[in-house]
Amino acid sequence: MSVLVYIENIEGTFKKSGFEAVSYAKTIAGLLGEEVNALSIGAVPPAELEKLAQYGADKVIKIENDQLKQFINQAYAQLIANVAKSTGAKTIILSNTFNGKGLAPRIAVKLDAVLCDGAINIPAIAGDVWTIKKSVFSSKAIATEELKAAVKVIALTPNSVETKEAPVPAQIETFQSELLSNDLATTIQEIVRATDKVSLPDATIVVSAGRGMKGPENWRIIEELADVLGAATACSKPVSDAGWRPHAEHVGQTGLAVSPNLYIAIGISGAIQHLAGVSSSKTIVVINKDPDAPFFKVADYGIVGDAFEIVPKLTEAIKAFKN
Amino acid sequence: MKILVCISNVPDTTSKITFTNNNASFNENGIQFIINPYDEIALAKAIGLAANGNGKVTVLNVGEVSTEPTIRKALACGADEAVRIDAAPRDAWFVANQIADYVRTNPYDLILTGRESIDYNGAQVQSYVAELLSLPSVAIAKKLDITDNEATIEREIEGGKEVLTVNLPVVVGTAEGVAEPKIPNVRGIMDARKKPLNVIPPIEVTQLSKITSFESPVPRGTVNLIDKEQVNQLVELLHSEAKVI
Ligand SMILES: Cc1cc2nc3c(=O)[nH]c(=O)nc-3n(C[C@H](O)[C@H](O)[C@H](O)COP(=O)(O)OP(=O)(O)OC[C@H]3O[C@@H](n4cnc5c(N)ncnc54)[C@H](O)[C@@H]3O)c2cc1C
Ligand SMILES: Cc1cc2nc3c(=O)[nH]c(=O)nc-3n(C[C@H](O)[C@H](O)[C@H](O)COP(=O)(O)OP(=O)(O)OC[C@H]3O[C@@H](n4cnc5c(N)ncnc54)[C@H](O)[C@@H]3O)c2cc1C
Repeated sequence: MSVLVYIENIEGTFKKSGFEAVSYAKTIAGLLGEEVNALSIGAVPPAELEKLAQYGADKVIKIENDQLKQFINQAYAQLIANVAKSTGAKTIILSNTFNGKGLAPRIAVKLDAVLCDGAINIPAIAGDVWTIKKSVFSSKAIATEELKAAVKVIALTPNSVETKEAPVPAQIETFQSELLSNDLATTIQEIVRATDKVSLPDATIVVSAGRGMKGPENWRIIEELADVLGAATACSKPVSDAGWRPHAEHVGQTGLAVSPNLYIAIGISGAIQHLAGVSSSKTIVVINKDPDAPFFKVADYGIVGDAFEIVPKLTEAIKAFKN
Repeated sequence: MKILVCISNVPDTTSKITFTNNNASFNENGIQFIINPYDEIALAKAIGLAANGNGKVTVLNVGEVSTEPTIRKALACGADEAVRIDAAPRDAWFVANQIADYVRTNPYDLILTGRESIDYNGAQVQSYVAELLSLPSVAIAKKLDITDNEATIEREIEGGKEVLTVNLPVVVGTAEGVAEPKIPNVRGIMDARKKPLNVIPPIEVTQLSKITSFESPVPRGTVNLIDKEQVNQLVELLHSEAKVI
């Protein structure tokens, strides 16, 4: 038997969250005494596929299907389920990304599996019953959940486990699989990607700003700080509601939940709904002119003062440090 | 056009989340329940699409009788009728099976959910329902337009967006951008009392997962405040102590 891990690519490249999933699969496979099969769908260059072996994928299975140039959740779920069946995998792992969320429940139905969405740790395994943790109530709590079916699908929250190099010789195989027309009911019309920016769900550092910035014209200093840190930018809800920043940047209970290694909050008060989506960040830095801003209560480091003064200084200090 | 909007009954966003029963259950004591904010977006969109006699909106909740105030609120916003499947919503798999079973005998052109329920944050119900019914779906939609029998949907992808088209019926999980939530007016609240709310029994579903306990996140230590003239010190600490840069 083997553990199957599906790794999503973005225009032919794997993301860090994908390598985390392979490392995670390797650890679980170790506990089970099984091998890891890593599955990639779409056109990915061989050198990129070989990277999966660096993280311990005993076999890399690739599917390049002419019917399927782009991601369609029904079709991808069918292919992943087909590979799981043909390799006899009882554990299927993928990243809990935007695409992953549309895939995981479908795969679970096709394989009569139990699904753990948003897992944050390595499960404790006792025969068929696995115990695993996931974040609930928008990061206000962590739940311990028992998974009881024989087949398990686990959607791993990005940035919750480390990547670990465990090189094995790369062995790449092609898998052939037909699709039914019902799986291709969706037509992709257009894809727009800002390739020059770090994407928020995948970012290890996030620079986030709120209403304290006064207006959209003041975001240059936020972007400059993000640039020197290789960070993604985010914002509070009122900021995206006012159209100062795109909705995709809105984090919190009703926006994206993020858990980067470093979250820098600038001119954000720290309302409970904002904290809900960001409090599982590993380190939190708050810059706010109000010493009583609630955000300081959940921060690791803070600077009380005017963002317009502090942020450019911080950018300079980081530049100097990096040199 | 017949539109089904699935609504989840969730703790108000300001709720302090605590647990009882040896941390095995969520403590509902003193909690105010609301329509899941994303489901309000779905509801507003459905009401907009069905306006001017263009369709009919059914709201559906899987829940016990205690969720009826939330269901009535959805009717007050402008839904035409409601269905409550009378069961405690054990988990997303249970909920999705109830919804799918209902839709099998009561077909809809458009099935809307929120992108996720803010209690258990699964973002699973929509894709489970779609798969159980062999329908196409979009888990997280930022825009939704319908012309004739075709939906044009914008969805979020890593680092950008994607626009796709698909024929109805389709299952869509709605996020911000799809519509502005509606606030019920007095007239709506009066009307809601007279609108049908059908209670139907649940089907049997095998339980595959169970939450056995909850814990609160480890609290952080007190904040280390750094003088605003000493930003270098922050950089140093982020490097040597926090090890994040
Ligand atoms: C149902 C619901 C869901 C919600 N979901 C979310 C969500 O997902 N995400 C979210 O963010 N919010 C959400 N909110 C809104 C939330 O309650 C707060 O209103 C919001 O987070 C406040 O945004 P803010 O911190 O940017 O603005 P404010 O609360 O106005 O705070 C601005 C801060 O900037 C500081 N400041 C001002 N000038 C400066 C300066 N020159 N230098 C430094 N600091 C300065 C101020 O001291 C203040 O602390 C939700 C609310 C509701 C009701
Ligand atoms: C007593 C009790 C015990 C529970 N125990 C568990 C547990 O052990 N494990 C667990 O995962 N959950 C448990 N729940 C939570 C509950 O079952 C959730 O509503 C369900 O899991 C939905 O999952 P989700 O939050 O992942 O929904 P998501 O998949 O995030 O929801 C997406 C969308 O589906 C729709 N939807 C969600 N729930 C409903 C609903 N009830 N009726 C109609 N539409 C809905 C909404 O449109 C929502 O926006 C419990 C609830 C109660 C009351």
